[in-house]
Amino acid sequence: MASLKDLRVRINSVRSTQKITRAMQMVAASKLRRAQEQAEAGRPYATHLRRMMVSLTAALTNPEDAPVLMVGRGEAKTHLLVVASSERGLCGSFNTNIARRARQRIAALLQSGNEVKILCIGKKGRDMLRRDFGARIVDTIDMSSVRRLGFGDAAPIARRITEMFEAEEFDVCTMFYSHFKSVLSQEVTEHQLIPVGAPEAAEEDTHAHGMDATYEYEPEEDEILEELLPRNVAIQVYHALLENAASEQGARMTAMDNATRNAGEMIDKLTLVYNRTRQAMITKELIEIISGAEAL
Amino acid sequence: MADKLVLELVSPERLLISAEADMVVVPGSEGDFGVLAGHAPLISSVRPGVIEVHDEGGETGRIFVTGGFAEVTDEGLTVLAEDAVPVAEMDRGDLEQRLKNAREDLEDAETDEAMHKAQATISLLTEMLKAAA
Repeated sequence: MASLKDLRVRINSVRSTQKITRAMQMVAASKLRRAQEQAEAGRPYATHLRRMMVSLTAALTNPEDAPVLMVGRGEAKTHLLVVASSERGLCGSFNTNIARRARQRIAALLQSGNEVKILCIGKKGRDMLRRDFGARIVDTIDMSSVRRLGFGDAAPIARRITEMFEAEEFDVCTMFYSHFKSVLSQEVTEHQLIPVGAPEAAEEDTHAHGMDATYEYEPEEDEILEELLPRNVAIQVYHALLENAASEQGARMTAMDNATRNAGEMIDKLTLVYNRTRQAMITKELIEIISGAEAL
Repeated sequence: MADKLVLELVSPERLLISAEADMVVVPGSEGDFGVLAGHAPLISSVRPGVIEVHDEGGETGRIFVTGGFAEVTDEGLTVLAEDAVPVAEMDRGDLEQRLKNAREDLEDAETDEAMHKAQATISLLTEMLKAAA
């Protein structure tokens, strides 16, 4: 049996671990609040842009001539997967979930004879995918220097993606990130960035917003669309990164909350053992003294 | 005038302005245009320039936008800006300094890409200086 001193040391070490996890939980909570606010602040832009996309797509005179960014090149041979993850660990199964989903997708794509390229955002995702698909990772974008995610951080990534598309390095681009549903649940989401395709439920949206009115365009529709499409990609990336950041903090908060609770349980258990051992020792000493006295 | 126009100015990061105005002048890519309440639905791209907000018979706000899109619906005017700064907050000295830096960048530029970037910055800053004057 462990000696009293060993137990004491053990309890203290668990206690200091608990202090760390509790601090991390609180930090994550405050960061989560900020990330959530940011995600909400970015929403009006995204909804307006979407509405404009919807009305523009509806107004296109001949859909066959639509930009390739929207309708694609008619084939889906090479896929680019943009995998967003976090820069730091200790956030539960956050990164594992994203990596698993991406891995499944890659395996499926490879099996059906497609070419796959991977663009990682964040270190953790790359670390997980490197072992199996190291040769397919085109690049990793380091976000560790980013303190507060801004549109300026997402725009270069989007530009990079559109440039790669224009250089015909891939046909279809899908983004993997974690959608922030609530603090307790984050859902890994696949989102197709390129080709954009006609926005879903376009019809309903148009009617719901009372936008049957025909717009005037200045300059022409296709010119606006040409500017709008890359911008749309950038916004999608930005949006996904914001969601991802909020999810990361949410996952970390939950994980650290669990860790703190587990540490608490462990301390309770160890304290019980400690006290039992102490009592057992006292009893043992008493018995020794008493039986010593009786022997006299 | 009874009817007012609802102006919303949003950047990717946040909703910058949500206000009512009599008239808003937007720097469209094919020329400035004024929007009053009841304007016909319109979608236009926006070049770098100043958005003027007129209310109560006078100019109540000048905001510099670095480009984007404007959408006029029955509900009002929405400007999706890349970035926006109120003209009152722009500092001439700072802008001139940045313009000087950009010119130096242009001279030092070795690749085409760097040159384009520097040129874009210069034209943007020149517009901003014009607005700040």
